[in-house]
Amino acid sequence: MTNQPTSEPTDKDNVVTRLDVWLDRRTGIDSILHETLDEPIPGGARWAYIFGSGLLFLFVSQIITGIFLALYYVPSADHAHTVVSYIVKEVTSGSFIRSIHAYGSSGIIILLVLHIGQTIVYGSYKGRRELLWLSGCILLALMLGMAFTGYLLPWDEKAYFASAVGTNLIAEVPLIGPPLQQLIRGGNQMGTLTLSRFYVLHVFVLPGLLISFIAAHVFFFRKAGAAGPIEEDPIHPRLPAVPFYPRQVAMDAVFAVVLIGILAAIALKTPMDLGPAANPADTHFLPRPEWYYLPFFQWLKYLSGHWSLIGGILLPAVLALIFAALPFFDRRLERRPWRRPIVVGAFLLFLVVYVSLGVASHRDDAKDPGVAEQMHKQEEDAKAFMQQPFVPEAAAGSPAAALASAPPEVVKGLALFQAGSCNSCHGEAGIGTAAAGPLTGVGQKYTDAQLLALLRTPDSKMINGGMMPVDLKQDDLEALVAYLRQLH
Amino acid sequence: MELTPQTNEGVKVEPKNRRSFLLALFGLSGAGVSALLAVPLVRFVTYPLRRRAAANTWSEVGPVQDFVAITAPVAKTIMLERRDAWQTTSSQTAVYVLPSRAGQFRILSPICPHLGCSVRWVDDQNKFICPCHAGLFTADGERIAGPPPRSMDSLEAKVEDGVLKVRYQYFRQLVSSKETMA
Ligand code: FES
Repeated sequence: MTNQPTSEPTDKDNVVTRLDVWLDRRTGIDSILHETLDEPIPGGARWAYIFGSGLLFLFVSQIITGIFLALYYVPSADHAHTVVSYIVKEVTSGSFIRSIHAYGSSGIIILLVLHIGQTIVYGSYKGRRELLWLSGCILLALMLGMAFTGYLLPWDEKAYFASAVGTNLIAEVPLIGPPLQQLIRGGNQMGTLTLSRFYVLHVFVLPGLLISFIAAHVFFFRKAGAAGPIEEDPIHPRLPAVPFYPRQVAMDAVFAVVLIGILAAIALKTPMDLGPAANPADTHFLPRPEWYYLPFFQWLKYLSGHWSLIGGILLPAVLALIFAALPFFDRRLERRPWRRPIVVGAFLLFLVVYVSLGVASHRDDAKDPGVAEQMHKQEEDAKAFMQQPFVPEAAAGSPAAALASAPPEVVKGLALFQAGSCNSCHGEAGIGTAAAGPLTGVGQKYTDAQLLALLRTPDSKMINGGMMPVDLKQDDLEALVAYLRQLH
Repeated sequence: MELTPQTNEGVKVEPKNRRSFLLALFGLSGAGVSALLAVPLVRFVTYPLRRRAAANTWSEVGPVQDFVAITAPVAKTIMLERRDAWQTTSSQTAVYVLPSRAGQFRILSPICPHLGCSVRWVDDQNKFICPCHAGLFTADGERIAGPPPRSMDSLEAKVEDGVLKVRYQYFRQLVSSKETMA
């Protein structure tokens, strides 16, 4: 950890020092560490600076828990809910890991607000930091995208309906709305392709982009340098600089421990719930998005007709553009918040409106007795579902699944097929074994009459293979033929 | 790699030398964080190792009182459930419940140890007869005559909460000793 070339290790040095020297010779680790840890902070370490590294920490935690969840997850509309319920109810620590991941997304949103708030109040986007700010804006959008795509993956009632509402909004986009909506959903309606698309975005595309833009964000931050406190000149700092390590690192580390502690406490106390499986035919379900999207949801309720286009799409788009362009038009180097009432005031106003809309949404739901009752019922349904033991899914191709809706004749044929131990040679569902060939597709090769005849008096090839005449009553034989006919 | 901020030209940064104490502090907090996450993560991944023992391979045959008074073997259809994590594959198969001897229930697999046909119980002859190559077995499933290389295969049975249960298994055909097939 020095700038001088490392000296030859001697026997007197302890093991750690010798290992350090050995490693540094081969990797240059000491100068990398120096570069990373000795980042100068004008004015020294502060608690106000912990949010960025807190975000990085939570992002890493999301990656780790996300990879582990992927061990059990299947992105398909007919399995997603079963596997998440398997994770929650059967797999050890499954509920905990899923809760850390799900609550982690809320944690990231909260930290994003704090991180942006600190940047705005401290004016730390000023002084050659436009790219730093822009990369941050992209990260914000990507994170909101992660929250939106991840929400659908459990495929329970609230996930399904919230995402249905969310993607409905896309159709409002001028000109390209409807085709864009179809593209995102993978069709006109929500379905298994929607889930696949959200999964690919959530697991491959967005994390890849996030990692690239986090790298860019950190690079721009290091290039511009820490902005320091509000009285500091953002381009030519005057205050004595103190390295990032150890004081700021210590604060960041404490914050990381606090963050994971809070997440773990919430995850243990109120595990993230999973509702009943999505039922698109359920017309009573009242969709509500996650809390951070709730204010926007409430805002849309106030708009109707062409106002929903103006207020729901154009206004947010314009606000987002103004937000992203902030360091381009706010070019004064003045950083004290009381000297910058417009920017700081606009941000505070946004926060107030955002919180009020969220509160209004809750109040609206509580005020309408019908809605309140339905919301209560939905909560109770989710609670009840969590209490029930895990029910495995009948595998496709297993007779129980295949024959759930089969005609009674076929079901009877299956019972005969199994009771006659036909399956011991011809395999379950006639897929064939080493002892005898498959029966799948015999329905295409033979007529019913031929099948009946072959069962009663097998041909010589069949007899040589060990097949015996089937000695059953006429209607039983017909049922067996009906069963054989539908094997595929 | 050199990222010296131009905003800090001329500022001399002195690295601190209290590293060992702080390293211990960071080590401690790192250990705290990782324990909080690592223990559940390890348990999460290793779940299948612990799962196996709990796997239930017993199928219900029926209430015990249905079988206490029988005097001849009775064919029963059972449901076989194979659990594959969050999926089940179910199929039906038949077994023979024999009259209990000294309170012990005995259950036979109907699969002929010769080539796997379904052995039938023929009441008037008081014998099990395999329809395929006329293998003959006593009412206890002991081999009497015919090509089968061994007696009929018995299955593990137990009574739980008044319900007779069986552990259904497949056995290798054409060999004189009973070998289970995986
Ligand atoms: S299969 Fe039973 S005697 Fe040949």
